[in-house]
Amino acid sequence: MSEQANYTTTIPAASHWSLRVRRGMELRIKDIEGGANLGMLFYNPEDLLERYNAPDTLKCQHTFKLTKGNCLYSDMGRIFCSITEDSLGWHDTVCGNSTKSSIAKRFGDKNYQQAGNQWHQNGYTAFLVELAKYGLGKKDMAANLNLFSKVSVDDLGNLSYVADHSQAGDEIVLRFEMDTLVLLHTCPHPLHPAGKYPAKPVAITLQQAEAVADDDICLTHCAENGRGFKNNALYLAGDAGFTSATGHHGGCHDH
Amino acid sequence: MITESKLNATDAVIADTVLAGDYYMKVVKAGQTMRIVDLEGNQAADTLFYSAADPSERYSAMDTIREQGNVFLTTGTVLMSNECNPMLEIVADTCGRHDTLGGACATESNTVRYDLEKRCMHACRDSWMLAVAENENFGMTKRDITHNINFFMNVPVTADGGLTFADGISAPGKYVELKAAMDVIVLVSNCPQLNNPCNAYNPTPVEVLIWD
Ligand SMILES: [Zn+2]
Repeated sequence: MSEQANYTTTIPAASHWSLRVRRGMELRIKDIEGGANLGMLFYNPEDLLERYNAPDTLKCQHTFKLTKGNCLYSDMGRIFCSITEDSLGWHDTVCGNSTKSSIAKRFGDKNYQQAGNQWHQNGYTAFLVELAKYGLGKKDMAANLNLFSKVSVDDLGNLSYVADHSQAGDEIVLRFEMDTLVLLHTCPHPLHPAGKYPAKPVAITLQQAEAVADDDICLTHCAENGRGFKNNALYLAGDAGFTSATGHHGGCHDH
Repeated sequence: MITESKLNATDAVIADTVLAGDYYMKVVKAGQTMRIVDLEGNQAADTLFYSAADPSERYSAMDTIREQGNVFLTTGTVLMSNECNPMLEIVADTCGRHDTLGGACATESNTVRYDLEKRCMHACRDSWMLAVAENENFGMTKRDITHNINFFMNVPVTADGGLTFADGISAPGKYVELKAAMDVIVLVSNCPQLNNPCNAYNPTPVEVLIWD
C-alpha cells in the first residue's frame, strides 16, 4: 500500500490552503494542541459546479453531526469522501464561517500589517482567497465542514457550542472516493466564545487508503451510502484502471 | 411561535397559485409583505431569496441559523444573506416551525435517498434549473442554487445529533408571512416529491399573496 510516500505537513493557525486529492487517497487530520477548527469545502476539479452539499449529506444519513461511517456528498448524489476514522464523534457542518466583522467583535481586529502571521484571519476571507484561485467566488461558497467543532441542538432548536470538545491528539480520517479539490482553513469556529483568538494548527498526512472492502463501515453505514457508492461507480465507469485488479480503489460495489 | 396576521387576503396586490412541480420567481419590494399559504396541508415550499440589486447576495441558511442561534424558522426569525444582511423577517406564522436544514429534493439525491431508478422523477432542483433557464433577465445559473428553506416542513434534531423527518405540523390553510427588508427575488419550488410520506405522497398547490 505504500508505493507512494506519505506526505505530512502542518497547517498553521489562521491559515488556508487547497489541494487536489486523488480518488483512493486519504487525509489523516490531527488536532495538535486541542481546540482546533478546520473549515473544509470540496469541489469536483473536473466540474467546479459540483460541490459539497451539506443538506444532502445530512438528510441522506439522517444525521445532524458528522462522524465515522458518514459519507460527504456532492450535490450530484456522489460521495467526495468517507469518514473512516474519528476519535471525536461529532463535527459541525451547519454553522458556516467566521467573518472579518465577527472575528473583530469577538477577539479584536489584528491585521497582517500589525501582526504578521499572528493576524486574526477569518474563515470567510480565507475561503474567498482559495476559491478565487480556481475562478470561483462567493456564489460558490457552500455550507462548509467545521471539523473538530461540536454544536448541539435542544428540543426547541437552540444551538449550543460545546467548548473543549477536541483535545490534543484527536484525529479524523477522510478517504476520497473521487478526485476532489479540497479547500481548507484553520480559522476559529464562528461560535467560539469570546476570549483570546484560538490560534490552533492542525497536522495533515496524505497517504494511500486501504481498498474499500465489502464490509466497509462507510459503505454499509446505511442503504443510502450503498447507493451513493454506486453513483460513484457509475461516474467512474469509463475510468481506466477503475475495475482493474491493481486499481486499489476498485471498491465501488455492484452488489 | 404561532402568530396570526392582520392582513386581509382581499387587500393583496398579487395572488398567485403555484401548482406542485411548478416554480414561482418574482421580485418582492422592500417593505412589501408576502404570504405563502399551504392550501391543502403538509406541502413543502422549497424557497430561496436573492437581492434583486445583486443576486450574488442571497439567503444563507448557515448565517441565518448561526446568527439567530436556532435551527428552526418562525415568527421573529430574520433571514440573513451570505453578506450577513437582513433580507426578510417572518412576521406571521400559523404553522410554528419551518425547516432550513434538509435542503431541497433533487433527482440526484433521490437516487441516494430512495432508489437509483428514481433518477428521472421530477424534483425541486429541476424546477429551479428551469427557473434560472427561463428567466435569463435575472442572470442566474446553477451556481446560484444553494441551501434553501423548506416552509411547512418539520425536521427536528435529536439530542444525540440525529436528524428526523417528523410528521408535518402544517395543515390546510396554514401560512407563513415575510416582510422584505430589501428588494428580493423570491424563488419557490412547490415540491413535487412523490417518495416522501411527509406529504402523504400527494403534492398539492400553495398560494403566494403579496401586499404593499
Ligand atoms: Zn422537493
